[in-house]
Amino acid sequence: MNTLVLMKMVPDTVEELEIAPDGKSLDVEAVRPIVSERDDHALEQALLLKDKHGGTVTVVALESRDVDEVLFTALAKGADRAVKVAAGDAMLTAAETAALLAKVLPAVPNLLPAQLIVSGCQAIDDLDGVVAPSLAERLQLPYLGIVTGVEVAADGGRATVYKEYAGGTRGRYVVCLPAVLGVQAAEKPPRYVPVAKVRATMKAKTIECVEAPARDEASLLEIAAMTKPQAAGRAEMLEGSPEEVASKVAEILSSRGLA
Amino acid sequence: MAGNIWVLAEHWRGRVSDLTLELLTLGRELAGGLGTGLEAVLLGHGAKGLAAGLAADGVLSVDHASLAEPNPEASCAALAALIAQRKPQLLLVPLSNVAADLLGLLPPRLKIPLVNFCRDVRAADGRLEARCVLYGGKLEATVVVPGAPVVIGVLPGSRPASAAPAAAPPVTDVAVELPGDLKVRFEQYIDPEPGDVDVTQKDVLISVGRGIQTQDNIALAEELAAALGGAVSASRPVIDQGWLPLTRQVGKSGATVKPKLYLAAGISGAPEHVEGMKGAALIVAVNTDPQAPIFSVAHYGYAGDALEFLPALTAAVKARKA
Amino acid sequence: MSAPMPDPTVTRYFAVPGWVGLWVLAVLALGLFVRRVYQLVGVLRRGRGDLRWDRPLRRLATAASNVFVQRRLVEEPIIGVAHLAIFWAFVFFATSFWWNLVRGLVPILPIPYSDDLPWMAYPMEILGALALAGIVVAAVRRYGFTPQGLERTRDASVVLGLIALLLVTFLGAEGARALGAEQAGARLPVGTVVAQLWHGLGIAPAAASTVYLAMWWAHMATVLFFLAYLPYSKHAHLLFAPFGVFFTSLRPGAMPAESEGASRLEDFTWRQLFNGLACAECGRCERACPAHTAGFALSPKELVHKVKELVLGAVGTPAVAAAPVAGGNGTSFVGDVVRAEEIWACTTCLACMTRCPVFNEHIPLVVEMRRHLVAQGEMEKRLQDVLVNLGRYGNSFGKSARTRASWTAGLDFPVRDARKEAVEYLWLVGDYASFDPRAQQVTRAAARVFQRAGLDFGILHEAEQNAGNDVRRIGEEGLFGVLRDKNLKTLGGVKFQKIVTTDPHTYHVVKHEYAGNGGDGGTGMGGVEVLHFAELLDRLLASGRLKVTTPVGHAVTYHDPCYLGRYNRVYDAPRRALEALGASVKEMPRTRDEAACCGAGGGRIWMEDVAGIKERPAEARVREAARVRGAATLVVSCPKDLVMFQDALKTTQLEGSLAVQDLAQLADLASATVRSDAHVDA
Repeated sequence: MNTLVLMKMVPDTVEELEIAPDGKSLDVEAVRPIVSERDDHALEQALLLKDKHGGTVTVVALESRDVDEVLFTALAKGADRAVKVAAGDAMLTAAETAALLAKVLPAVPNLLPAQLIVSGCQAIDDLDGVVAPSLAERLQLPYLGIVTGVEVAADGGRATVYKEYAGGTRGRYVVCLPAVLGVQAAEKPPRYVPVAKVRATMKAKTIECVEAPARDEASLLEIAAMTKPQAAGRAEMLEGSPEEVASKVAEILSSRGLA
Repeated sequence: MAGNIWVLAEHWRGRVSDLTLELLTLGRELAGGLGTGLEAVLLGHGAKGLAAGLAADGVLSVDHASLAEPNPEASCAALAALIAQRKPQLLLVPLSNVAADLLGLLPPRLKIPLVNFCRDVRAADGRLEARCVLYGGKLEATVVVPGAPVVIGVLPGSRPASAAPAAAPPVTDVAVELPGDLKVRFEQYIDPEPGDVDVTQKDVLISVGRGIQTQDNIALAEELAAALGGAVSASRPVIDQGWLPLTRQVGKSGATVKPKLYLAAGISGAPEHVEGMKGAALIVAVNTDPQAPIFSVAHYGYAGDALEFLPALTAAVKARKA
Repeated sequence: MSAPMPDPTVTRYFAVPGWVGLWVLAVLALGLFVRRVYQLVGVLRRGRGDLRWDRPLRRLATAASNVFVQRRLVEEPIIGVAHLAIFWAFVFFATSFWWNLVRGLVPILPIPYSDDLPWMAYPMEILGALALAGIVVAAVRRYGFTPQGLERTRDASVVLGLIALLLVTFLGAEGARALGAEQAGARLPVGTVVAQLWHGLGIAPAAASTVYLAMWWAHMATVLFFLAYLPYSKHAHLLFAPFGVFFTSLRPGAMPAESEGASRLEDFTWRQLFNGLACAECGRCERACPAHTAGFALSPKELVHKVKELVLGAVGTPAVAAAPVAGGNGTSFVGDVVRAEEIWACTTCLACMTRCPVFNEHIPLVVEMRRHLVAQGEMEKRLQDVLVNLGRYGNSFGKSARTRASWTAGLDFPVRDARKEAVEYLWLVGDYASFDPRAQQVTRAAARVFQRAGLDFGILHEAEQNAGNDVRRIGEEGLFGVLRDKNLKTLGGVKFQKIVTTDPHTYHVVKHEYAGNGGDGGTGMGGVEVLHFAELLDRLLASGRLKVTTPVGHAVTYHDPCYLGRYNRVYDAPRRALEALGASVKEMPRTRDEAACCGAGGGRIWMEDVAGIKERPAEARVREAARVRGAATLVVSCPKDLVMFQDALKTTQLEGSLAVQDLAQLADLASATVRSDAHVDA
């Protein structure tokens, strides 16, 4: 069972995001990259499948600041191989990333074909595309997203995949492998790996680096401006102690026949 | 003639989503501005009856057994064929669990652009501009909508939902070749255990988020709910912790509710949650962070501690009854 | 001179001299004893090494003061005095036993028996009688008023019985001796009384020597039996405990050396395994444990008992390299025998180790096992998230490091950036004091106090990382190292003379666990004075540098934070400061080293509430504070105490009756100038 996990770095929204002087893009210097949350879940799902069925897990990411730590952490968690694709300095969009990976991955020795390719089903910067389904299209593989559970059949030719719908309902699908899955949440929360283990992994293992053209296909989108959002509307803010505000709210409720 | 504006009519379990109705309003506006027509695309099996509620100039219906339940492979093939045939200018797709996969597959298949996370599309300076939400709402991008055809993924809240048309729109049945051996096949739905409470049926919901801090504190919400004859619901983080069953979740992946009172206690107001409750008649929000996004959708807000406010309100309500 | 009693081992019994029998018994008993001790030590040696020979004189002094004076035992006065009597009796009786054994085995030695000498017999009689009384007290306490944590095991009954028997037989022998003495002056006091008893039983003076021999042999047999039984019983504590005290950690609460954690016998150090053997199963640790009292699954006594069982279970088994040595049948020690919920329940408050009379080290056991759980990634989600946040943002709140100094916005003066200017006092603020809204008020109050006293101080702003105390106690050594090294590196580039903090956890770890090792900056903490706010306030008030304009004027009660009190014995400074501020301190029943932990330590504040808790530690403490007559304010000097107690006021509905305030807030209000810059900010 060999699984490929695609991981993408996105801006950490805990930090303040600044707009670059050109008014159209993110100030990259101020950005602190963090792994896209869904990709972390995708990695966990891949590792859970490895725990159950054996096989190998390979993690792939574009080169960027702080990606090394992410890849070593993945190796420390149990991934077998980590591949970094060096594509110049610019931050690629989701569509550009998918196009690049579709070009580069087949050329990496012993990487494809993989039985299963997983990635997060969505990231916070997916403006012009989503990596997992885009890559699926380009590699001509079947795709299913918003996945919250995966079971692989004994013969490795099929997977039973659970997809999340509203109200807690899940849909059960059968997907022929090889396939690409967009993970919403792994069956268990992403595992913790102690710092000491990551440090030890940094000494023991290496990350493969693959060169790639800076941009294969440019994004089809033109951004005219980037701004901080204005609040569309605003609630009437009530002031005072909790008791005072509670009293006002009780009155409002009463006037509407609710209390 | 420039192509039509298309809206993908998203339906699930026999109901057209409210988001689709919003997109029809948006689509009508854009079509009017561009001097072209508005068509709804209905993919399904035996779902033609839903066409009557769609406020469009016409409905393109593709009926196929593989489209009975959401299937990205089949839907993508059907839509790709339709677009190649009829060459619309623009396709508005609802951003929901049902249509999300499609949104990721269709543009690369046809090698056309996608504009995602859109909350508004308007004509400006002779071109269409989309306002898109990025980085979880921290920034907004104004995107020039590229030439036809283009796919736009639209978030809830862009326009009011369109009403059903007086006369049902004409339906055109389109035959589409779908691959016989689909690699992705739907089997069945697994519904969650029926909970004690159906939050969609309650007039009063006291909803708790991360700000409730511990499972024990949910009791404070229960007390208030009891005093007001309502029930406790929650946002995703609380459900993920296992503090309340899945059936209590409100939001994109949970229930969409329209109670008379929705009290959001310690909920920040992330878009996925707001989507599920913005239709409530009266929204009161409590959050220690005065900048929390929930205050943009609430009618009344209190920048304080939910753990103090909830018991205070319970006491105030009981005092009134006495 | 007492009447000459026959020499018991020269006397013949059925033509066989006594010493033959004695040799047989002695060889048997000693053989069993030595064999057992050898086995136990063999198991201990399978544990990891831990050199504890440093500062031998200090160790000797500690051992002497605790073993001979039994300091920790007399904290519970009644049983303490009883045990003291039993102990001192033991000292004499043991001496006497070996003396008599040697003399008895080798009758040709030209020395008398010990009890033939009045200067031995006299104290032995007095101590013997006292010890017997002590045994009665112990038995009444154990069976009539069983204290919590004390198990009425058969082993304990046997031990009590054997001690009673050896005392009774000795006194009986003394009685026989007195019965047979011709001169009244030759009789010793207790012996005289017992002689009456013998007389009352119809024993004639002529039969005294027979009775004496019978008693003598009974006594020797009892003691020899006890010797053989000892290493199989909890009474082994008297053998192991003195070594335990000698080899105790000189720094209380010191963390075990870096390791991957313990899940099997071989992973623990010999000293950690030793805890099991030295334990006398007295239950003091369990009685003192706040987690146990609250209803958590943890009992420090049970934990040590499980280690004992682990050691005993390994006797006779071969050293197995890979497989876990544990409960047998494939169960694992950590996980099955000791459950994860027990291990995570500990707040590291140090109450158990402070009370333990044999100086067992419970907390290092917990930490070693936590290290194992962490290495396996077995911890609850919330804790996991906190650790990820700490690693990424340097704080447990998951907030951007750039917002660490946002608390300063509420001040009307700027707080110096110690990275840019030299300062005298470097203020390490800590996570809770920086980010929690309630604690931020206290931090601002402290800043105002410093400003008013004209202190030259600064903070590290966003460069400050969590000091790492609780990360270490959680068992994430690697992350602790990262945080410490980042802090040390920053400190290396800062010019300062002293460190001050309002957070006792920061105080403890920086003072004791930042020295020397690690840090590219090379700034070890050796030599740099680290002060807690309470200590600094005390100095500022005593020197007059901070003037009190509005004395507090009412009584307060004070809670000693664990990491300031028990860990660092800073009890007087905060009390002096409070008195100087005009607040009279009324103590709670559990004060100073008996202060009851708020429950936040050991990373517990980062963990979920557990179901089935009878009364949370913080709730118990505020109730205790509320009962202090005349004091309507509970004063704290730790931001986590503040948060825990304020929450507890709500859940116990004591909000109207008791207020919780930090020392800094009182100091701020009391030193406010006429311009009234000490508003209680919202």
